[in-house]
Amino acid sequence: MCGIAGFIRTDRRPVEQAELKKMIATLNHRGPDASGTQVLDSVGLAHSRLSIVDLAGGLQPMQTPDGMLSVTFNGEIFNHIELRAELQQKGYQFQTHSDTEVILLMYAEYGPECVHHFNGQWAFAIHDRRKQEVFLSRDRMGIRPLVYTQTPSRFCFASEIKALFALPDVERRVDHTALNQLFTFWSPLPPRTFFAGVSELPPGHSMIVKDGNVKIWQYWNLDYSPNEDNRSLDDWADELRSLLINATQLRLRADVSVGAYLSGGLDSSITAAIIRNYTNAPLNTFSVNFNDKDFDESQFQQEMITELGTDHQTVCCSYDDIGRIFPTVIQHTEKPVLRTAPAPMFLLSKLVRESQFKVVMTGEGADEVFGGYDLFKETKIRRFWSRQPDSKIRPLLLKRLYPYMKNLQAQSPDYLKAFFKIREDELDSPFFSHLPRWDLTAKLKTFFSDDLKQELQAQDPQAEFQQQLPAQFSEWPSFCQAQYLEAINLMPGYILSSQGDRMAMGNSVEGRFPFLDYRVVEFASRVPVRFKMNGLNEKFLLKYALRDLIPDSIRQRPKQPYRSPDAHSFIDSNSQRARFAYVNELLSPECLEAHGLFQPTAVQRLVKKMEQGRAIGTRDNMALVGILSTQILVEQMINGQTVTAGKETTAPATITS
Amino acid sequence: MNPIQSEIRNFVAENFLFGEDPESLQNDDSFLETGIIDSTGVLELVAFIEDQYHVEVDDDELVPENLDSINRLIDFIDSKLKELA
Repeated sequence: MCGIAGFIRTDRRPVEQAELKKMIATLNHRGPDASGTQVLDSVGLAHSRLSIVDLAGGLQPMQTPDGMLSVTFNGEIFNHIELRAELQQKGYQFQTHSDTEVILLMYAEYGPECVHHFNGQWAFAIHDRRKQEVFLSRDRMGIRPLVYTQTPSRFCFASEIKALFALPDVERRVDHTALNQLFTFWSPLPPRTFFAGVSELPPGHSMIVKDGNVKIWQYWNLDYSPNEDNRSLDDWADELRSLLINATQLRLRADVSVGAYLSGGLDSSITAAIIRNYTNAPLNTFSVNFNDKDFDESQFQQEMITELGTDHQTVCCSYDDIGRIFPTVIQHTEKPVLRTAPAPMFLLSKLVRESQFKVVMTGEGADEVFGGYDLFKETKIRRFWSRQPDSKIRPLLLKRLYPYMKNLQAQSPDYLKAFFKIREDELDSPFFSHLPRWDLTAKLKTFFSDDLKQELQAQDPQAEFQQQLPAQFSEWPSFCQAQYLEAINLMPGYILSSQGDRMAMGNSVEGRFPFLDYRVVEFASRVPVRFKMNGLNEKFLLKYALRDLIPDSIRQRPKQPYRSPDAHSFIDSNSQRARFAYVNELLSPECLEAHGLFQPTAVQRLVKKMEQGRAIGTRDNMALVGILSTQILVEQMINGQTVTAGKETTAPATITS
Repeated sequence: MNPIQSEIRNFVAENFLFGEDPESLQNDDSFLETGIIDSTGVLELVAFIEDQYHVEVDDDELVPENLDSINRLIDFIDSKLKELA
């Protein structure tokens, strides 16, 4: 895994190598093993390398021998061996064993269509001297990041926004519309980022930059069009099993050791079990657990460790650990977050790196692809209830939801019905599945400053999202609509970025995700809904297909999403004070006033409630994390100030093996 | 304003309204429909009532009819206090 950066001058001035070096220096965490720059014509490319494949020969930016094509590439093309053989049959000759060179020559053969042949995770830029243009592309699911901006004198791109901000002519300003979207959907809608004028190339898209003009197109999208497939459950299961085994084997291709995360849940257990049973690779696993037992899954982790006989290490997180690391976490996410969940993932990747591993396999994506989230169950129950709104029995199914949420479980049936009550106008909404989540999140906007509220008054984030839906969306089953929304919004915008790429790369670790192999994703989109969720049994097909590899206790345990402590990590209700000085500073009326995004009085009320230990709800916790992370980001990336936990730093997170 | 009404209004303003104008909340406004209170908010409300007025709220009393607006809360607390008297 690596970091990429570069720019194309549109003002005919020469490319300054020093500027390229400044850009790439900000991405050293993504590629600490080597770095390089290349200047050709009006184009500058830069690269920071985390060497995983062809340790000796994969230096970048890489050029074809005739000097006509150059590439800077972040990611992995897992099927590079097969593609290399194809190209050799066509007469191509290779100088290295790297997948980088495969990308270059695939482009030479197929042009921009080359991406259709790739099985992997990528963000790259290819400078084509013959055509005098630059071709950029991002993988189908949005695993690897790619951001860009245009100034009057150049088009600039990079893996992360901080590299763009290394250039003096790139403006630093918060995009208020993006903030409005983030406080609705948890992430801005692509191509928006948290910063005005900075865009991200959406997943499954490519672009060409030529003569200062930008052309962007989508080369891949999910499709859940109903098909008349009458295959048996066993048929589906056999195909899924073969695909997953192959996807896992492909992702073990590396010239360095590969580890695996083990959360105690089904998905990472499956990934680890496939490695154990279908490859000769040594199995080193890593977990995070918590001092706060409400969040801890170590019992289930231990079961899988024993079952698979893995060489295992754990990092144990306290409230202080999360609060202490949080400013660093936000420096990497480059967007506000509403939960602290990325922070423990940062500590986990740190453990991986310190254990001399650069690559880690995870179960990410299975919930989106096979319908594992409670949100899918909730949607199914609400649809079922809506057919007979006066039923007294149907809403009782809601009790089956969110077993890990004690406050919700404590509700009377009457209140439960009231919370999940379906409005008439929701039934036909394309967002039926997501409205409860988005409505809850949007409540956080009550903390916005009066000026910001005024400015955003006329905006409708949902209407903007609706414009991005594909034409055939309305023809898909309700369950698949929910899957699609999750796969294009929360997954790339939060799970794979704030909680994924950014947390792993912050410690120079590459994540790999067998469930997001595009063949698995496309296969899952064709699976009948009844096999994805059977009754209220989520990920039914996945459990069935791999049932012999996973103990019943893991296969049948209630779904528990990965969560971590929020407000407690910043404010200690026992001592009734903030744990770290930066929390007080950034939430002070003066600082809030200066940044202008949140109402000081409202935030003070919230903080007081937390100090008194009375803020126990999702909404209050999300508000605190969202406000604090926004404040940190403005301080770090707009004002250029350092935010740290300072002297209050506690002992490092506990590690056991 | 009777004392219970003002105590409840203060509690709601301090704990749920945050950035909204407390004056905008009418005594008959439904907490659920206005989105002021989520599932945790109900539990916070009940804890407040129990602490403040030394009454016990039974499980079968945890219904919107008793708790879903300032006026409903006042009536409910009144009836609970009468039971104690």
